[in-house]
Amino acid sequence: MSNAQQFDTRPVVDNESEIAVESPLAFSRHRSGAPKAKADTRVTVRERAFLGHLVLRGGAIVLDEALREVVGLGLPGEPLGLVQDEGGKRSIQWISPDEWLLIVPGGEEFDIERRLREALGDAHFSISNVGGGQTVLELSGEAAREVLMKSVSYDVHPSHFPVGKGVTTVFAKSTVVLRRPSEERWELVIRRSFADYLYRWILDAGAEYTIGVEG
Amino acid sequence: MTRHTQQPNRLARGGRVDRSRTLNFTFNGKRYQGHAGDTLASALLANGVDIVNRSFKYSRPRGIVAAGAEEPNALVQLGSTEAAQVPNVRATQQALFDGLTAQSTNGWPNVQRDVMSLVGKLGGRFMPPGFYYKTFMAPASLWMTYEKYIRKGAGLGRSPMERDPDSYDHLHQHCDLLVIGAGPAGLAAALTAAHGGARVILCDEQEEMGGSLLDSRELLDHQPASQWAGRVVEELAGLDNVTLLPRTTANGYHDHHFVTLHERRTEHLGETAPRVDGYRPARSRMHRVRAGQVLLTTGALERPLVYAGNDVPGNLVAGAVSTYIRRYGVVPGNQLVLSTSNDHAYRAALDWIDAGREVVAIVDARRNPDGELVEQARARGIRVITGSAVLEAQGSSRVSGARVATIDAKAFKVTGQAEILACDTIASSGGYSPVIHLASHTGARPAWDDEILGFVPSLVAGVYAAGSARGIHDLAEGLADGSAAAARALAALGRSAGAIELPQVAARREGAASALYQVPHEKPTLRAPKQFVDLQNDVTAAGIELATREGFESIEHVKRYTAMGFGTDQGKLGNINGMAIAARCLGKSIPEVGTTVFRPNYTPVTFGAIAGRHCRELFEPERYTAMHQWHVEHGAEFEEVGQWKRPWYFPQKRRAENGEQRMETMDEAVARECLAVREAVGILDASTLGKIDIQGPDAREFLGRVYTNKWAKLAPGRVRYGLMCKDDGMVMDDGTTSCLAENHFLMTTSTGGAAAVLEWLEIWHQTEWPELDVYFTSVTDHWATMTVTGPEARKLLAEITDIDLDRESFKFMDWREGQVAGVPARVFRISFTGELAYEINVQANYAMHVWKTLFAHGEKYDLTPYGTETMHVLRAEKGFIIAGQDTDGSVTPEDLGMHWAIGYDKPNSWIGKRALTRSDTKRSDRKQMVGLKPKDPKVVLEEGAQIVLDPSHAIPMPMVGHVTSSYYSPTLESGFALAVVKGGHQKMGDTVYLPMVDGQVHEAEIVSPIFLDPKGERQNV
Amino acid sequence: MFHIYCPHCAEHREEEEFHPKGQAHIARPMDPEACSDEEWGDYLFFRDNPRGIHHELWVHAVGCRKFFNITRNTVSYEILETYKVGEQPTITAESLSQDKKMTADGVTVADGGLQTEGESDSAVNTSKEAKV
Repeated sequence: MSNAQQFDTRPVVDNESEIAVESPLAFSRHRSGAPKAKADTRVTVRERAFLGHLVLRGGAIVLDEALREVVGLGLPGEPLGLVQDEGGKRSIQWISPDEWLLIVPGGEEFDIERRLREALGDAHFSISNVGGGQTVLELSGEAAREVLMKSVSYDVHPSHFPVGKGVTTVFAKSTVVLRRPSEERWELVIRRSFADYLYRWILDAGAEYTIGVEG
Repeated sequence: MTRHTQQPNRLARGGRVDRSRTLNFTFNGKRYQGHAGDTLASALLANGVDIVNRSFKYSRPRGIVAAGAEEPNALVQLGSTEAAQVPNVRATQQALFDGLTAQSTNGWPNVQRDVMSLVGKLGGRFMPPGFYYKTFMAPASLWMTYEKYIRKGAGLGRSPMERDPDSYDHLHQHCDLLVIGAGPAGLAAALTAAHGGARVILCDEQEEMGGSLLDSRELLDHQPASQWAGRVVEELAGLDNVTLLPRTTANGYHDHHFVTLHERRTEHLGETAPRVDGYRPARSRMHRVRAGQVLLTTGALERPLVYAGNDVPGNLVAGAVSTYIRRYGVVPGNQLVLSTSNDHAYRAALDWIDAGREVVAIVDARRNPDGELVEQARARGIRVITGSAVLEAQGSSRVSGARVATIDAKAFKVTGQAEILACDTIASSGGYSPVIHLASHTGARPAWDDEILGFVPSLVAGVYAAGSARGIHDLAEGLADGSAAAARALAALGRSAGAIELPQVAARREGAASALYQVPHEKPTLRAPKQFVDLQNDVTAAGIELATREGFESIEHVKRYTAMGFGTDQGKLGNINGMAIAARCLGKSIPEVGTTVFRPNYTPVTFGAIAGRHCRELFEPERYTAMHQWHVEHGAEFEEVGQWKRPWYFPQKRRAENGEQRMETMDEAVARECLAVREAVGILDASTLGKIDIQGPDAREFLGRVYTNKWAKLAPGRVRYGLMCKDDGMVMDDGTTSCLAENHFLMTTSTGGAAAVLEWLEIWHQTEWPELDVYFTSVTDHWATMTVTGPEARKLLAEITDIDLDRESFKFMDWREGQVAGVPARVFRISFTGELAYEINVQANYAMHVWKTLFAHGEKYDLTPYGTETMHVLRAEKGFIIAGQDTDGSVTPEDLGMHWAIGYDKPNSWIGKRALTRSDTKRSDRKQMVGLKPKDPKVVLEEGAQIVLDPSHAIPMPMVGHVTSSYYSPTLESGFALAVVKGGHQKMGDTVYLPMVDGQVHEAEIVSPIFLDPKGERQNV
Repeated sequence: MFHIYCPHCAEHREEEEFHPKGQAHIARPMDPEACSDEEWGDYLFFRDNPRGIHHELWVHAVGCRKFFNITRNTVSYEILETYKVGEQPTITAESLSQDKKMTADGVTVADGGLQTEGESDSAVNTSKEAKV
């Protein structure tokens, strides 16, 4: 075994206790609001909060095998690759030659980590739960790409950024993981502490396209 | 009144303006009318406005000279309100809109009657180049005073003093081929590349794409050239792989084909961006283009000739005359004299006569001009005077005549008797200079080409030039050149170009041009009336000659001495004439004299466009913790720590002596918060501390190498303080690291040091010790951290946790796992205040719940939130350092007196160890950390104050150290400080002095830096 | 702004994603304790500052967070190659002075330091010389 400490950070919610959970954008919605989409809305932003985020470090071959066994999804074969399961609920993204980001439905991450640790045995790897530290924003709509062009120096043209690609890059004056899970959608994996700045930036950059916030 | 009397120089027909749309505008307080499609310059000329400015140095009246970016005189200040002010706009590049309000940039107090002109008239001979340097330099201290008035008199435009109502943005662009300039070569190139399927960006600085085709006399495919241009632009606009950017100036060419394009999106619509559906679009936008290859089809600028009085209003470059007539339907005068050295400029005279006005004569420097245009001019009955030039323009506020004589350009001599031709306009042309500015930005020196009498750009790999931009002025050749250059650029990318059919152009026989820059005068240059080279900076031929006589031989020095090519002008009209004059004076050729390089920006860019949306609330990221909203709601004042906004202190209302409610001062709030922690319980949001998850069988070994102290025996469940040095032995960061499991640690760093420490761990792992099996992952944002501290901390926490808090089973420097307020938590018993303290870590999404639950239970213990200021006071009372405040990269652990944290006997040579035995780091007189107790307890020493041993010593006094942290302690009821003092560890009890700026000298005693509870008993209550 | 090829991400990225970390190939002495003060001082403080070819350590800080090396011309700012930590450069000042004309990558370096790729023999080509 890896001899690391595993810790389920989610409370077991019973009937007596009501434990409020707040996404990184809770304050932002309170302060900046969430404009509703209108008829002429050309870009929409939606938060996919409270997902399970695990950072996996290790050798590609051993991790790939364990992931296939536990998640049913192998590592992307190329740098900057993003793979996901059929429903798009679970995804694995290349972050660096020895680092991948696994995103799963909220609540699955503890069990997946435990089973991965079992499967990986004595191999050298690390798994870090970072779900409280980041959230996912989804951008869609015909002007989504232009909002990105205002924000990232990375080339987001479809010929250069096809579906199934993901990069870590500079976004405004912060950083994001930017990925393209489908033709229509872009995803930003953003850090909690920068979430308000990024939210305000996106609303400002999207005002030209009557940006709407969903969810 | 009819329209025509209002606009006396407006032609009844012709040009690309829309005469059915009349636009009102104001210039220097007077109202005028123009038409849609006008520039401010064409509208001013249409209205017969001769004087548009006063010159920079001599304050001479100046008129419009050119029609494009090269205009040196017609700089205006735009804006009808303070907020809308825009300085230094070229009237030639500003589209007219209804309500436009402009003022001359120069000419205080007004342009028609200018007090400074006295200087220009009388001072001519007394203001040689370097005048300002020479006259106003002594005494140096007064330069600032002089400068204020010189600047006001000279006038350089002014920025608005009110908030800009507009917004701006950036757009990051990428393309295979960036084509700069949409003239004939640029259009042919863009079409060629687009048909090859490449991603193409085509930009052009003018209102309309087409460049010279818009005012050309040529036919393309038997139709006016502008029609072909219109068709191509329309086709390009319909292609997905092409981005067309009109009104867009490529202002800078940076490294590796990174080019910034400044797009003016609404400047032609109004002085602020008009609202569209309630939304105000960005006024201008900076396109930050990373191009695969770049093609410069930037065209050429016509060089005016340098002759006496060439700055009097009514002197224009020949091509501008054609542009105003053919594009704007404006003839800028009545009787024209054209002075030229080439065929091409004859178009101006032909256009003039076509417009129904009088051409007095064409004065051609060549003895036997015989090109097709020359024949046409003769056939139209125009008098052509050969072997001659205009020596001098007559008139003061408008040209009234031209003195013309035969000249010998080579010998630089007037050879005949001068004849005076009455006229109100003199157009001149000395040839065409390719626009090489952007190529120069890449660092490549331009090369002189004798054939075209101009510099052509030198090109680094991936940059191409075509058409006039490299001296190919013939239309048919230019079109073909553009297309071919695009094909070569695409080939370099491994792509093939598309086939396009170039339009047919009738061949035209053109005679050779002759070299003429400065026209000789009967008097030597130094005594002749002023012959201007650089109109914007008032540099004359005499000034350049004088500079060479004073020993300035390098053109770069001549430029700096005379100011030629300075400012927003960047030498567009004058540089080559200036070089030619310097070359003549030095007896060299132009290429021998060399050329200066040009810098960004090609034309001025507003700060708004540079900033984009990186301003105001979006200027810098603000990082918030999960409890931020609570802090805001509870009135916290915030402190910026890195990008984090941390509560600084929480002021509360208190009742003043007069019974009124008022807010606490910072000192009052901090004192209250400090006492609450020392006497009851306080709570700090410590989420901003950096946290790094470290896993792997070699994690422990790695910690032992990057920390100065020992890690071999730290058991799971235990926490240790660690000190990190760079390899020079200087303290870099500190923090606690907990052993979570045998191969698993959680490191904390200072708030500001989080990213740097993670990068530090990685660089050592990746470059020096890749054999160690360990991984580092940032978990800073995942955990929210709240510090509950004070004698009542245990009682409070016990109410909401299932963790056994017994002081024997959960000891100081232990950590435990359990639930706090129903949320899984890791609780660390560590203390930065000296009091009993628990740091509670929970997943950040549940943090607000835990924080609020603590307050719900904390009321009975008087739970007090405290901020960073109180944290600083409390930790300083205990002598705990803050890396970066008490250390500055020159302080070793020994200097801090932290021998206990140095593992000299560890088996590895940990980072910093070797340096601690260097002779310099072992000196006994190094600055060492001590405490300072001011003799007067009310005194709070200034942080940064210098420490001396003898305050009666003559200045400069030998300084032996400085204060690093200083506060008032409500617990000690005294000011106290941490400081570094040379040999301070051996100076306990000594008195030192701190002389202040105001003459006061504070006295303080050197004491231990631990002011409170030196045995550490309080944390163990 | 540089355009830098990250050998780990296998594509060009903007300079804002990277941090420069100084001269490359500075190895920490294996046994620091055996170094004289002077040797240790050399390791800590002394770096080359060449006019021309320089090997530098950079990190793809906003990206894959991997360190790697860049061979860069400090005059023209041209990047001649990038390579991973642990690898050796294929282009050096010596290799270029031996074979001034061409390297394996088709990169030419001029005396003045400006360099170009492919198309022309001289470092910088004058636009008029490039015939259609």
